[in-house]
Amino acid sequence: MVQDAPAAAAPASAPPTRRRIRRPGQTLAPLLFISVAFVLFAVFFVGPGSLGMYYSLTEYTGVGDPEFIGLANYEKLFGDSQFYRSIIRTVLYTVLAVPVHYVAALGIALLLTSAATRFRSAARVIFFVPWLISPIVTGVIWRWMFGENFGLINFVLNALGGSGQRWETEGNLALAVVILAGTWAGTAFTMLLFIAALRNIPKSYLEAAQIDGASAAQRFFKITLPLLRPTSFMVILLGTLGAMKEFAMVQALNGGGPGTENMFIVQYIYQTGFQRADIGYASAVSMVLMLILIVIALSQMRFDRREDLA
Amino acid sequence: MRIRGVNIGLTVLLLVLAALFAFPMLWFLLSSFKPGSELFSLPLSLFPDNWTASGYETAWTRFDFWRYFANTGTVAVITTFFTVLVSAMTGYAFAKYKAWWLQAFFICILITTMLPTEVIMPSTFAIIRDLGLYNSLAGIIVPSIITATGIFMFRQYFRTVPDELLEAARIDGVGEFRAFFQIMLPIAKPIAVVLAIFSFQWRWNDYIWPLIVLNDPNKYTLQIALRSIVGADNIDWSVLLSASVISLIPMVILFVIFQRQIMSADINSGLKD
Repeated sequence: MVQDAPAAAAPASAPPTRRRIRRPGQTLAPLLFISVAFVLFAVFFVGPGSLGMYYSLTEYTGVGDPEFIGLANYEKLFGDSQFYRSIIRTVLYTVLAVPVHYVAALGIALLLTSAATRFRSAARVIFFVPWLISPIVTGVIWRWMFGENFGLINFVLNALGGSGQRWETEGNLALAVVILAGTWAGTAFTMLLFIAALRNIPKSYLEAAQIDGASAAQRFFKITLPLLRPTSFMVILLGTLGAMKEFAMVQALNGGGPGTENMFIVQYIYQTGFQRADIGYASAVSMVLMLILIVIALSQMRFDRREDLA
Repeated sequence: MRIRGVNIGLTVLLLVLAALFAFPMLWFLLSSFKPGSELFSLPLSLFPDNWTASGYETAWTRFDFWRYFANTGTVAVITTFFTVLVSAMTGYAFAKYKAWWLQAFFICILITTMLPTEVIMPSTFAIIRDLGLYNSLAGIIVPSIITATGIFMFRQYFRTVPDELLEAARIDGVGEFRAFFQIMLPIAKPIAVVLAIFSFQWRWNDYIWPLIVLNDPNKYTLQIALRSIVGADNIDWSVLLSASVISLIPMVILFVIFQRQIMSADINSGLKD
């Protein structure tokens, strides 16, 4: 961290020439500006990251000292059917929810930026309201809709002559409700990202294409969608990472049920680490999740690089 | 079909989608004004037959909402203040100074977006405990202060501020810190407002930190209190619905006041790039 120590008082600087004039304060100042963030980063990211790696090699209940047991936790993971199930259900949820979320948000953003629709500002507020609602309350709202014995959805299905569905006791249906609720909650923010990006597309591009006889579909796929690429990349990356760590909403919606069938990976970490006080094993699961997220992030980065990183 | 430039089909589609989005919220809100006996009596009706606030009264008397509001508000306000300040300082350093260690730290910050807290929950808990922050509101506040999003937003914003402004201040003998606090920070007020709104929303609705840090019900935040109602074996829906609605009120007020800032297009400048 320490580069060059500040010398005595700063000399009176000459008018700027081609080279920037560096005064001692210009090294010290940024160091102080980032100091708070650096300490917090070290304590709450680097610390838990490396400590988690260590705990994953120990048996630790949270009291007393961690006992080093080598790779035993990881060996146990390979035979843990709930671990596999959690990974599979979390990945399944991610693979299904991210495209639904993407299409919903982009579709709504297109409708809200089209000059051919009316009531756009009122609709925009409605689509945005779920952003205000916490994941717990989102879970409550959708549980109230999809209750098997008391929910509105099954009541309507029955009234229409169909039959109520097992939204709470059938694993795939329960997962479908989680996807619906997640999309409902997540669309608001993504929609704003798309609206901002769509407004940045010069109208002249689309008009020129129209004059040349391009159909609406051609204009969308050949002009709009390629120009949205940076935003799409962000949305898909953030959506994937968000879905992989889904936890709070599901807690209130169905608790990962029926039973433990839809217990996502973060819930499994929580249950193992905090309800069963097996911090060592929970840390091993954490490390696997971390690895998965790194692989996802890196492979998505390969497709699209944040160009202004440098 | 188009009438005077209005595409009827698309407009109808937009309205149908909006109705679908609004409906769960509406059903939840209207149900909270039904008496307990009406909540489950078939046939269900959209509007309550007998409007009542009894669920609200029960919720309010059975739970110490003032305390939950005070706890959540304390966490949200204090964290937001520090989040804005620390993000502004850090983002400013990234935007206006050049050094290899700044570059390296910036990349570290970006990586934290890939590695959310949830992933390292058990060991983070151990650290909070060892710092003596377990079961205290400070245990929620301190770890939540840095956010990559906030730092990134300020960095992007300060990069658009011309360097000449800073150079001119330096020539006039203005120190680095005065330049930041008296010139740069005021310029960045729009970003500060947006980040403050975001941060408040994140902290008000936060679940995972309070869940692992708080143990004493007197320290509960609203979300944890709600979770204790919805996690019960027999859910008291009348209370749960009302309590949930109550918990939303501050966010709704915030939205009404800051709607323009929240929904404006350039909010997203930080995340968009």
